Amino acid sequence: MLPKAKLWLSLTSVATILFSTQIQAAWELNMPRGVTQISRDTYDLHMQILWWCVAIGVVVFGVMLWSIINHRKSKGAVSAAFHESTKVEILWTVVPFAILIVMAIPATRVLTEAYDSSESEIDIQVTGYQWRWEYRYLRQNSNEEEVSFYSILSTPREQIDNQLPKDETYLLDVDNPLVIPINTKVRFLVTSNDVIHAWWVPDFAVKKDAIPGFINETWAIVEEPGIYRGQCAELCGIEHGFMPVVVHAVEREEYDAWYAAKQDEARVAREMANNVVTLSESLEAGEQVYNTTCIACHQPNGTGLPSAFPALAGSSVVNGDLEANINLLINGVPGTAMAAYGRQLTPVQLAAVVTYIRNSFGNATGDLVQPAAVNTLIQAAQ
Amino acid sequence: MSASHDDHHHGPAKGLTRWLYTTNHKDIGSLYLWFSFAMFLLGGTFAMVIRAELFQPGLQLVEPNFFNQMTTMHGLVMVFGAVMPAFVGLANWMIPMMIGAPDMALPRMNNWSFWILPFAFAMLSATLFMEAGAPNFGWTFYAPLSTTYAPETVTFFIFAVHIMGASSIMGSINIIATVLNMRAPGMTLMKMPLFVWTWLITAYLLIAVMPVLAGVVTMMLFDIHFGTSFFNAAGGGDPVLFQHVFWFFGHPEVYIMILPAFGVISAIIPTFARKRLFGYDSMVYATASIAFLSFIVWAHHMFTVGMPIAGELFFMYATMLIAVPTGVKVFNWVATMFRGSMTFETPMLFAIAFVVLFTMGGFTGLMLAITPADFQYHDTYFVVAHFHYVLVPGAVFSIMAATYYWLPKWTGHMYDERLGKLHFWLSFIGVNVLFFPQHFLGLAGMPRRIPDYALQFADFNWISSIGGFLFGASQLILLVVVIKCVKGGKKATAQVWEGAQGLEWTLDSPAPYHTFTTPPDPKLIHAQ
Repeated sequence: MLPKAKLWLSLTSVATILFSTQIQAAWELNMPRGVTQISRDTYDLHMQILWWCVAIGVVVFGVMLWSIINHRKSKGAVSAAFHESTKVEILWTVVPFAILIVMAIPATRVLTEAYDSSESEIDIQVTGYQWRWEYRYLRQNSNEEEVSFYSILSTPREQIDNQLPKDETYLLDVDNPLVIPINTKVRFLVTSNDVIHAWWVPDFAVKKDAIPGFINETWAIVEEPGIYRGQCAELCGIEHGFMPVVVHAVEREEYDAWYAAKQDEARVAREMANNVVTLSESLEAGEQVYNTTCIACHQPNGTGLPSAFPALAGSSVVNGDLEANINLLINGVPGTAMAAYGRQLTPVQLAAVVTYIRNSFGNATGDLVQPAAVNTLIQAAQ
Repeated sequence: MSASHDDHHHGPAKGLTRWLYTTNHKDIGSLYLWFSFAMFLLGGTFAMVIRAELFQPGLQLVEPNFFNQMTTMHGLVMVFGAVMPAFVGLANWMIPMMIGAPDMALPRMNNWSFWILPFAFAMLSATLFMEAGAPNFGWTFYAPLSTTYAPETVTFFIFAVHIMGASSIMGSINIIATVLNMRAPGMTLMKMPLFVWTWLITAYLLIAVMPVLAGVVTMMLFDIHFGTSFFNAAGGGDPVLFQHVFWFFGHPEVYIMILPAFGVISAIIPTFARKRLFGYDSMVYATASIAFLSFIVWAHHMFTVGMPIAGELFFMYATMLIAVPTGVKVFNWVATMFRGSMTFETPMLFAIAFVVLFTMGGFTGLMLAITPADFQYHDTYFVVAHFHYVLVPGAVFSIMAATYYWLPKWTGHMYDERLGKLHFWLSFIGVNVLFFPQHFLGLAGMPRRIPDYALQFADFNWISSIGGFLFGASQLILLVVVIKCVKGGKKATAQVWEGAQGLEWTLDSPAPYHTFTTPPDPKLIHAQ
């Protein structure tokens, strides 16, 4: 967009904000009480400390205000000569110390509970990527298919760019939410594939850093069915503000049915890797993958961002050796933001996106990549 | 001694070389203060960009990458360019005059420690115009975002941080050498003004932690250019190690920015309450306790990295303990005001606002110390509100209070009290409209460092932005006041303020270019 048009747009939207009757969500003032025992305990702890602070503030600022009103020179106040008192000093050292102990006891109790992640029924590995979450349900037995999927912001770009009105769940919606059963202890194993992220659901009082090379544990027993939304809390690069966390907490039966369906889906996907695709199918599927996975860095027209992310349009890699191109996507480029997508995307998706980039943005290699070929290269890479 | 030699010693040189070659503590103090104000405006401009983009949901003015560059540069410029140099400037001006010394102990190093700073910030700011853009990984520059995934300009950032560190270390050595060696006869340690005490302790903190900062950026440099893997998990390194080393510097750094502020407030409140400071000894001990505790609380910035529970508990308890000495300080200031005979000139207004608003930042600090609650607060706008309350109406207000308080001594003229009060009230209202709603935003779940946000955060964000614009614009009044005061105004007496105590007020206003070439009369030195 032209700078001038942009400025005009922002001026008009300022006006809209100030004068419209458009419905805004309620003025949230406080931490949510949430839907787990730990979140309620945390809320109570928060309120308890807050009220202690308010009480101390009222006393201290009260004395100060009283002095400001009464002990001013303009009212003829004459200053007293006192300037020390060991008794008073001891008193206002000991009393705050005692208050701190009163605060520390429940804090220690809640922390100990929050740290007890033993005896979980379901374990889910949560992996942060720039800029999406991967949820992988750890298999209960070796006959199960592995259920794993990516969860990516689904708010349309046009809403972010102010070309379409914003949804109520603006920036807090994903394509595939995490699904968990209620009244079940679910353990989250949090890690990262690139930089540090943080997985946060305020209603569960769960926030854990996702750190490459580490697996952190946290857990929740959700008591009410519902959709719970959070966001990545640790600065993780350009799209940090655009990787929400959405969790659907459902009744146990509903979860079991969902999990069974996911099992079937995984089986089908495994089998599909051997199917033969046509060019038009592949281009369509490839565009979808590109728009969710590649577009942030390589940009809508494959132009990249100068000196940060290389262009795909006219790129010697994309127009060069096909196998080298596929391997680059599978293995990534170490030391750069180009991640290894061999594990992140399915062979079907990888084949589609390679086909897409080699036949778009002015690139015209005419190549059609089959999932099976990609699969072979993935096996070779391992 | 020849006449020309004498001349050389009695007045400043003329022209630009006066400032370039100066070894005079007053000149260097002024250089630091002007530099700091320039950086305050630069960092403030970055903040205005941030608040403008956050005025409403959606992306309007800047791209997310540039937004991240703004948050990073805002933090770096304000911490290392505005707040720290301002306190060094105040130290340069005031410490020799307060302890009855003719100058700083190491005047040539003093010149050098200032003059490398503009180069560091020119280099850092130059990255904004480079193709890869300025650092965009936050002022805390967590690895591996700041190493493997950083823009190429990160190397300029590392070099700039090294220079800033060298400058701070030289400044600190100078202050320690001055305070320990150059006090006038009769100026015992326990008679020193608290500003001198707090700076002495701050200088030790700086010497202890600046090398740690230099170490961590050097490790980054090696990871980026020389194939090491200190912070790269794939190479057997540890990204959490970065945070431990960074915050071992970073937490004492927080107190480096607030202890001298305590000293300033402890000078101003007794003056305008016309009453001796309550509990001088306990103020000294409280400052030392805070400095000691600052070394054993660093990991409270890292409660969510997954430390073992024993670590979480240790850092929670240690952090809570800081409330005790900090409380003692606040109680002492209130007790000083109690039964005083108060007037409310601009320095006093800023000092009172400091006590109230810094204490509010202290309260949220206590809340943040509670580990389970911190899981909810961490990396949200609640944290942003917290540290801006202690840094803006905390550290920055104390610098402004100090400027108004000592400006007549520096320039020989009284500043425009009406404009000063206008500046205070607009700043006071602005700062609260700016930062108070951010508590609500954080509690409701808005993460920090995001260029765009969900709709439920819209209202408090535009309120906060309005406050930001008001606060930002008000600072130009300070510039007007200072320039007016330098140029002219009502002649200031030596005493300036009726209730002021201390050696600096025994000197003429403006203070002569060289002062205390012979030690002051020991009878002038009183217990504080």
